Amino acid sequence: MHELGIMTGVMEAVEKSAVQAGATKVLKVTLSIGEMTEAIEDSLRFAFEVLTEGTMSEGAELEINMVKPRSLCLDCGAEYEHDRFHMVCPECGGYNTKLLAGREMQIDSIEVDLPDD
Amino acid sequence: MQIDMKQPILDKNDQLAAQLRKRFADNHVFVLDLLASPGSGKTSTILATIEALRDEFNIAVIEGDIASNVDAEKIKAQGIAAVQINTGGACHLESNVISRAIDVLDLERLDLIIVENVGNLVCPTDFDLGENAKVMILSVPEGDDKPLKYPGVFQAAKVVILNKVDTMPVFNFDREAFDASVRQLNPQAPIFPIAATKGEGVEEWAIWLAEQIRAIQ
Repeated sequence: MHELGIMTGVMEAVEKSAVQAGATKVLKVTLSIGEMTEAIEDSLRFAFEVLTEGTMSEGAELEINMVKPRSLCLDCGAEYEHDRFHMVCPECGGYNTKLLAGREMQIDSIEVDLPDD
Repeated sequence: MQIDMKQPILDKNDQLAAQLRKRFADNHVFVLDLLASPGSGKTSTILATIEALRDEFNIAVIEGDIASNVDAEKIKAQGIAAVQINTGGACHLESNVISRAIDVLDLERLDLIIVENVGNLVCPTDFDLGENAKVMILSVPEGDDKPLKYPGVFQAAKVVILNKVDTMPVFNFDREAFDASVRQLNPQAPIFPIAATKGEGVEEWAIWLAEQIRAIQ
C-alpha cells in the first residue's frame, strides 16, 4: 500500500531511540507484521533500503517476522491458526470468533553500536 | 546493544485516533468510515442514508478525495454540513486530517458523521480514524469475487453494503458466492443489499445504523 510512508515512520522512531541511547550506528531493525495487514514484505525491504541510504542506519539488517493469523472461537473455545481468508472456526463452524493475532505492525527491537563498544 | 522498542508502527496515527474516538464519544457522535472503490456509489449511499435519517439525527459528512469538491457540493445541496478534504494524491485518510476537518464542525450538535474515504480497497484499511465502524460498500458491477481479491477491507469492516443490486441480472453476480466469501472473511458483519439511487433496501440499512447511533446517545 504505502510502505514508504510506513517505513518513514519506522525509521524516525528507530533513529530517535538509537540517538537517545547514545548510539552512532543502527545495526539491525526487527519488525513484526501481521499477515492480515496490507503491508507487503518486499515493499518494506525496498523502502528500508532507500530510506536508510546515507543515514546512521545504512547497511543495517532488516528482520521481518510475519505473524500468522490466529483466532479464538467464542462458541466452542477452540484456538486456531488460519490464513487470511478463513476466519470461521474449523472445529464447530462457529462465526462468533475473535482475532488474537495477525493484524500487528510493530517495531520489536533494534540493535545499535555504542561508541564505547 | 539491543534496544527493545515494542512500538506500534502506526503509533502516531493510532494515538490521534484514540483521542478522536474519545472526543466523539464525549459528544455522543457516531462516526462511520466508508470504504469502497471509485464509482461504487459511496456518495449516493450517503445521500440515501441522509434522506432516511435526517428527521431523527443531525448529520455531517467529511468527503475525502484526491481532488475537487464535487462530492461536498452534492451533500451541501441537501442542506447538510459537509467538509471536503483534498488529499492531493494521498490514497487514504489519516487521523490528522480528520482532526482538522472536525474543527469546523459543531460536534456537540451532531449525532452522526459520515466520513467518505478515498476510493480505494487497499490503503484505508489499516488506518484507524477514531470511527465507530468502517463500512465496506461493494457495487454489483465490480463482481462477486472481490472479497477474495481484497480480503483486508472486508475484514476491517463492521458492516458490508452491497450496492446497485438492481443491476444483478445484467452482471451475473453470484450473491450466494459473495455472501459465503464475506462470511469466511468476516463472520459477524451484516450484509445489506441496496440500490442507493432507487432507495431499494435503504430502510433496513438505516434501521441498523439508527440502532447503533441510539446506542451511544
